[in-house]
Amino acid sequence: MTAANPPAGVPDPDFHERLTALAEKRMAAGEVYGEAAADPVNLPMIRHWAAAMGDANPLHTDAEAAAAGVHGEIVAPPAMIQVWTMPGLAGPAGRPESAGSPIDDVLAALDAAGYTGVVATNCEQTYDRYLRLGERPVPATRLTGLSGPKRTALGEGYFVTWNVTWYSEGERVAEMLFRVLKFHPGERKTTPDTRQPYPLGPAVNDDTAFFWEGVARGELRIQRCADCGELRHPPGPVCPSCRSAGRTYVVASGEGEVYSYVVHHNPPIPGWETPFAVAVVQLPEGVRIVGAVVDCAPAEVGIGMPLRVTYRQKDDNLILPLWVPRET
Amino acid sequence: MVSFSGSTAVAGIGATEFSKQSGRSELRLAAEAVFAALDDAGLGPSDVDGLVTYTQDANDEIAVAREVGIGDLTFFSRVHYGGGAACGTVMHAAMAVATGVAETVVCYRAFNERSGRRYGRPDPGLGGAPSSLGLEMSWHVPHGLMTPAAWVAMFARRYMHVHGATSEDFGRVAVAMRRHAATNPAAWFHDRPITLAEHQASRWIVEPLHLLDCCQESDGAVALVVTSAERARDLRRTPALITAAAQGSGAGQMMMTSYYRDDMTGLPEMGVVGRRLWEQAGFGPEDVQTAVLYDHFTPFVLVQLEELGFCGRGEARHLVADGGIEIDGRLPVNPHGGQLGEAYIHGMNGIAEAVRQVRGTAANQVADVRNVLVTAGTGVPTSGLVLSAG
Repeated sequence: MTAANPPAGVPDPDFHERLTALAEKRMAAGEVYGEAAADPVNLPMIRHWAAAMGDANPLHTDAEAAAAGVHGEIVAPPAMIQVWTMPGLAGPAGRPESAGSPIDDVLAALDAAGYTGVVATNCEQTYDRYLRLGERPVPATRLTGLSGPKRTALGEGYFVTWNVTWYSEGERVAEMLFRVLKFHPGERKTTPDTRQPYPLGPAVNDDTAFFWEGVARGELRIQRCADCGELRHPPGPVCPSCRSAGRTYVVASGEGEVYSYVVHHNPPIPGWETPFAVAVVQLPEGVRIVGAVVDCAPAEVGIGMPLRVTYRQKDDNLILPLWVPRET
Repeated sequence: MVSFSGSTAVAGIGATEFSKQSGRSELRLAAEAVFAALDDAGLGPSDVDGLVTYTQDANDEIAVAREVGIGDLTFFSRVHYGGGAACGTVMHAAMAVATGVAETVVCYRAFNERSGRRYGRPDPGLGGAPSSLGLEMSWHVPHGLMTPAAWVAMFARRYMHVHGATSEDFGRVAVAMRRHAATNPAAWFHDRPITLAEHQASRWIVEPLHLLDCCQESDGAVALVVTSAERARDLRRTPALITAAAQGSGAGQMMMTSYYRDDMTGLPEMGVVGRRLWEQAGFGPEDVQTAVLYDHFTPFVLVQLEELGFCGRGEARHLVADGGIEIDGRLPVNPHGGQLGEAYIHGMNGIAEAVRQVRGTAANQVADVRNVLVTAGTGVPTSGLVLSAG
């Protein structure tokens, strides 16, 4: 792909056309064989998998029981089919069944265009027969679908669908339909941790916006009078010492110590789990600020305790400057 | 200069019952309390030409006037800052009477604070609006610091650290108030005293405050009739003269989170009130026989004793430990049981108690009362009164 890396959020007018053309070419190429399983189907791997999955069926692990069963010998659990041909961490690009496959460059093109997020949306497997010990299945992959761009809760993206068919001893043993959503992560409106809007957001106006903009950049800003230099927190529109409306700020060191504190137990507070500690923090710059103390048991908080500021995302729009214990 | 000191008086007091569920609208409670206060004074609705209440009261002056049958009003006013308004309503009324703006002013406070909107509950809207209050709250509410108990606890912890006070010192205030309420039939906690052990065992609300450091929540209403001392002498009741009345706010004041201005162990706004009161009265704390101190949370009772000059800084715990604030102590505080024991009517019931003490009709009457000090909400811009026997 040329010019394949537009800045996030800047649409490339030709991208969709080029992606579609690429996908059509790969779909037309049909099934492409991959590498056969690195190891033959074997009992130790079956035992590991069965234990991990809680599969206690003796037909997969107990030679005697298997001999008396319908297969007459040990067979692998059919749901293990992906396991045998998965390339593992050292494998090509870490993409199962896709090494050198027709989906590789389609996914790469999406990555390059900023659709770097990935989430698996469908996995449907069909089994033709059981695999026996010693067999070495071979995967064959074909791209079967591309649709998009679509607006999703995660952001704009493309759905890419492919099929993998496993063959062994000249016959088909299993088939899988796999679909992923490749999306622009920058457009995510929510994350799993902060799906709910934080109920206790601050009011912000011309006099306080600089503080919250600082917090969003990881800076604890203290208002400083542009004329007399006095520091002031909480900030306000006019310097109480010299009447100047000229304002600037300094970035605090981010250190402080507990001047006073409370531990809230009752009643419940929206957005907080009780008990939690909140402190009046004395900053070395000479002003005080209020903030919750986190990453520490409330019972450990005490007056004089050294603290360091930390920034915590409360929802998509709000970061709060909170405080954690500081080693001295 | 026109002065209300000694020339104005509280001529009538009235109240509803104090409950947890009044079963009536707040406007009805207001009307009932106003009727009771007028009856007490021996006046009728047509005598009233002024009304004052709190900005937090949900009953407009005109609505109360309609219900009670009050005709023309020449004065109506509201006092801000929660329970800090209490004595301020009387000051506004006294100013109106002394200046001739009105002749008879009724002050009232009515709410279903237990069965309706409970002030002890978190209100997520507190920090949401870009008003000066919303912006002030926005330095605190996002951190979960958003209930009155939490705001006061922050001061209490610092006070303990600096002066060596303990949770037991706070608890002795609660025990004294409940002891007083136990013998006041109008009190919610009538006949239900507590021990210090019970205080210590009560659950944490916001450390260092236990449940029993926090006043109750109540439904009810109180009303007061203010008129000239001269007229009051012709009415049914012995007047309670308004010797002094003051409002106060300090430098760097916030609504309830003044954490940025000093060492957090005092109540500078109450200091402003105290200085004004003693100046107007022409005497000091030694001439007060009983005090009604705002007690929404126990620690600020200690701080008020210091800020108003009843003892030195950091010494209130010794005064309290010696039984000094009990009914037979050096300074009986809240003989009615206060808001911890009688009811939480935002300080208005304390003013009514001060009037009864001056009249000599209180349930727990202190002997030979000539002057009573009353204070309003603590930790907020506030107000105070000195009422005297005529």
